[in-house]
Amino acid sequence: MKSIEELEKIREQARELINLRKENENKTRIVVGMGTCGISAGARQVLLAILDELKKRNISDVIVTETGCIGMCRFEPLVDVIKPNQPKVTYVNVDADKARQIVARHIVNNQVIDEWVIPNI
Amino acid sequence: MKELSLHVMDIVENSLNAGATVVEIKIVEDSKKDLLAIEIRDNGMGMDEETAKKALDPFFTSRTTRKVGLGLPLLAQAAKTAGGDVTVHSRPGEGTVVKAWFKKSHIDLQPLGNMAGTVASLVALHPDVDFIYRHVIDGRLFRFHLREIRKRLQDVPVNNPLVVDWIRKFISDNLKEINGGAEGWG
Repeated sequence: MKSIEELEKIREQARELINLRKENENKTRIVVGMGTCGISAGARQVLLAILDELKKRNISDVIVTETGCIGMCRFEPLVDVIKPNQPKVTYVNVDADKARQIVARHIVNNQVIDEWVIPNI
Repeated sequence: MKELSLHVMDIVENSLNAGATVVEIKIVEDSKKDLLAIEIRDNGMGMDEETAKKALDPFFTSRTTRKVGLGLPLLAQAAKTAGGDVTVHSRPGEGTVVKAWFKKSHIDLQPLGNMAGTVASLVALHPDVDFIYRHVIDGRLFRFHLREIRKRLQDVPVNNPLVVDWIRKFISDNLKEINGGAEGWG
């Protein structure tokens, strides 16, 4: 069973990453729709997949946050990627697998995955 | 919703929209009483009596993006379908308590599902909120208090991906333990 003492180790690991990236003030944001519609459509799995992918790739300079229902319930789960000095990109009908690819292709390689995107809203 | 843990996530989002800084989630499973109970208590802005009553009505919402509110009514429907019900107690300025109960053996009871995922997600998105999560299975208690975690982490934020991952596994492992080692918690 995991115990709370293990946190000491996690703390040291996390601190090393933070120190490496302290300079980067202009951060990328990932926004997941977490209204009732989003949650019902599977936003929690999407969010956990994004966090897991960021963890695996040692990315700690991305802010992951949420928004409520924006009135496009049938496109949920929705994920916005907002890179500094670039227009917001909105991905629709995201699932866990797509979410991981968004991290790999858009966040890491800076390539928008056009076929999953809707025009700016 | 496919799982009760998703309802929990949704109700807690209501609490956070109401400005809560402390949210307590309590789940009690009692085989002898054939009962599953979920309680979500917050210190948000609360509601007056009339609004609290309306909160269970699917055609009421405080949001502006659409004309129906669905979170609480969906939970109420899930509870009633499984031989239970939902109550909402609230007072302006004093926060809100939502209680839901279910007949544990009811064939139409939704699975509780991934509570570890729900709590980890909430922490990731709301690192400044004090989440308290208690889960009792036939008298065996697991207790998670984010404030204790935050204290141990010192300057490392609780929404660091490494920490969120640890929290999810920590909760999942401990739930398995109090569940008698049975699988199925995810």
